[in-house]
Amino acid sequence: MAAPRSPARQLLARLLRRRLVLFALVALVVVVVAALFAPWLAPYAPGRMDIAHRLAAPAARHWLGSDEFGRDTLSRVLFGAQQSLLVGALVVVLATVLGTALGLLAGYVRRLDAPLMRLTDALMAFPDILLAIALMAGLGASMFNVVLALGIVYTPRVARIVRGAVLVLRELAFVEAAEALGAGDLRIMLVHLLPNLLSALIVQGTFIFGYAILTEAALSFLGTGVPPTTPTWGNMIATAQQYMGQADWLILVPGGAIVLVVLSLQVLGDGLRDALDPKLQRLL
Amino acid sequence: MLRYLMRRIGGLIVVMLLVAVIVFIIARVVPGDPVAVMLGSSATPADVAALRTRLGLDQPLVVQFLIYLRQIVTGDLGQSLFLNRPVLQAMADRAELTALLTLMSAAIATLIGVPVGVISAVRRGTLLDQAATALSMFAASLPSFWVGLTLIEYLAVKMPWFPVAGWGDPGAGFGEHLHHLVLPAIALGLPNSALIIRFTRTAMLDVLGDDYVRTARAKGVGPMGVVVHHALRNALIPVLTVIGLTIATLIGGAIVTETVFGLPGVGNLIVSAVLRRDYPVIQGSLLVISGIYVLINLAVDLLYALVDPRVRF
Repeated sequence: MAAPRSPARQLLARLLRRRLVLFALVALVVVVVAALFAPWLAPYAPGRMDIAHRLAAPAARHWLGSDEFGRDTLSRVLFGAQQSLLVGALVVVLATVLGTALGLLAGYVRRLDAPLMRLTDALMAFPDILLAIALMAGLGASMFNVVLALGIVYTPRVARIVRGAVLVLRELAFVEAAEALGAGDLRIMLVHLLPNLLSALIVQGTFIFGYAILTEAALSFLGTGVPPTTPTWGNMIATAQQYMGQADWLILVPGGAIVLVVLSLQVLGDGLRDALDPKLQRLL
Repeated sequence: MLRYLMRRIGGLIVVMLLVAVIVFIIARVVPGDPVAVMLGSSATPADVAALRTRLGLDQPLVVQFLIYLRQIVTGDLGQSLFLNRPVLQAMADRAELTALLTLMSAAIATLIGVPVGVISAVRRGTLLDQAATALSMFAASLPSFWVGLTLIEYLAVKMPWFPVAGWGDPGAGFGEHLHHLVLPAIALGLPNSALIIRFTRTAMLDVLGDDYVRTARAKGVGPMGVVVHHALRNALIPVLTVIGLTIATLIGGAIVTETVFGLPGVGNLIVSAVLRRDYPVIQGSLLVISGIYVLINLAVDLLYALVDPRVRF
């Protein structure tokens, strides 16, 4: 007799039925592992200069070519993956924590609903990139501030979705039962509502991860993101601009890395949305 | 309808007030004294104190905000610290380029998005549909600045079909301006076609299953006729909404694209203001662009009501 399958196993099975989602998952795992093991996988240190082979085209010595200082493109993209993925992950964490808190309060505490939602409306009245560079202008260019700025930019999206889900959930019998048993607001929000939001948060987090990587790259490209001494993918493209005519790999490699990761995240997010609770699909 | 309009305008005013608060706060979170930053390192303490008084920075925060609000309401967005002219004037000088770029990008996003979305819906479940979905996800994963650089490299440098950068000579004709904007508009429009593809597909699928489409088919209307005259017409309503929202997004995207192509538009103004810490320009452009953004959203909702007689408020 087959063992009963856990919900997580069922989800995974449904998720992997789509071949594209499987590819995306494999691509993401490869990129994350490559980033984690960059110090061992990279053929050279990211800052090591090979002056004799500046702007070298892809060849045996430098698989993906080298930049204007003879630094190895492959090594820099691998180390750049660490920075770009770290920024993306931290933005997801920050936006999810802030957005969930705001969304729970707006959805469950009635008198806070209107003020909090108008605040998110106001934050969403700025185009993402504009709010991000304005915040960076105030905060100053650093990786920490990029995370802070993008965390603020993506908080309203999470808050709206959480609020929408809470408005549905709060009418269900189990919340009423908890209220009848005398559970306080905080307990209901954290113990009863929060676990039910998990799947919506995972889907949204996957998409925000991708947006954050794209926006971080754009900020760094504009010179208002992570300082250029750190090789993020956006920074690599920004400096490579001047050498584009002689060395197009300097643009194509980091750009391709961004597209690969963001595309995989979108495919995965899409697959997750379809595989998860159909009741939540309306909200996302 | 009128009541709905009044309510929406009321909500809009509240949101814009909050926007003003956010803009005000952003300029106040600057580490260190903004006045010292503005005056540079050679300023004496007396200079700093004088400018603080002139800008009203010695007043309590609430008073400062009220002063700021009064300025905004009277259309005074302050003076640029570097350009030696009013912020609104500096923005107006560059608005034509940005507006043109936004509209051209929207046109490109629509020209890609609507046909691909329609084909995808009509050929639902086929390889063509999957290819369209893949295209929309791929487009959404493209960093627009990277697309821009790649286009410059291949279509302006290696194949000199388009100008590498800029907007032409000051006296250049409209056609030449447009020629300069082709690559920027593709760089900005292509990534933003993703949402239009998806919305068109969903909207078409909704409509294609409707009875009236079946009736049209039964009456012998050809497949093209059904799709274009019957289905697309009705599917266009949600598609219009998403095009409106895309235009709002494109205004933000123009900031990056103008930098890539060295275009002297509003986006370029904002980026140089950020790099030079020209706070009045940053604040002013935040206010104006969010105002446009909010107005476009309102316009889209009202358009919805005009186009679709079933929508009643």
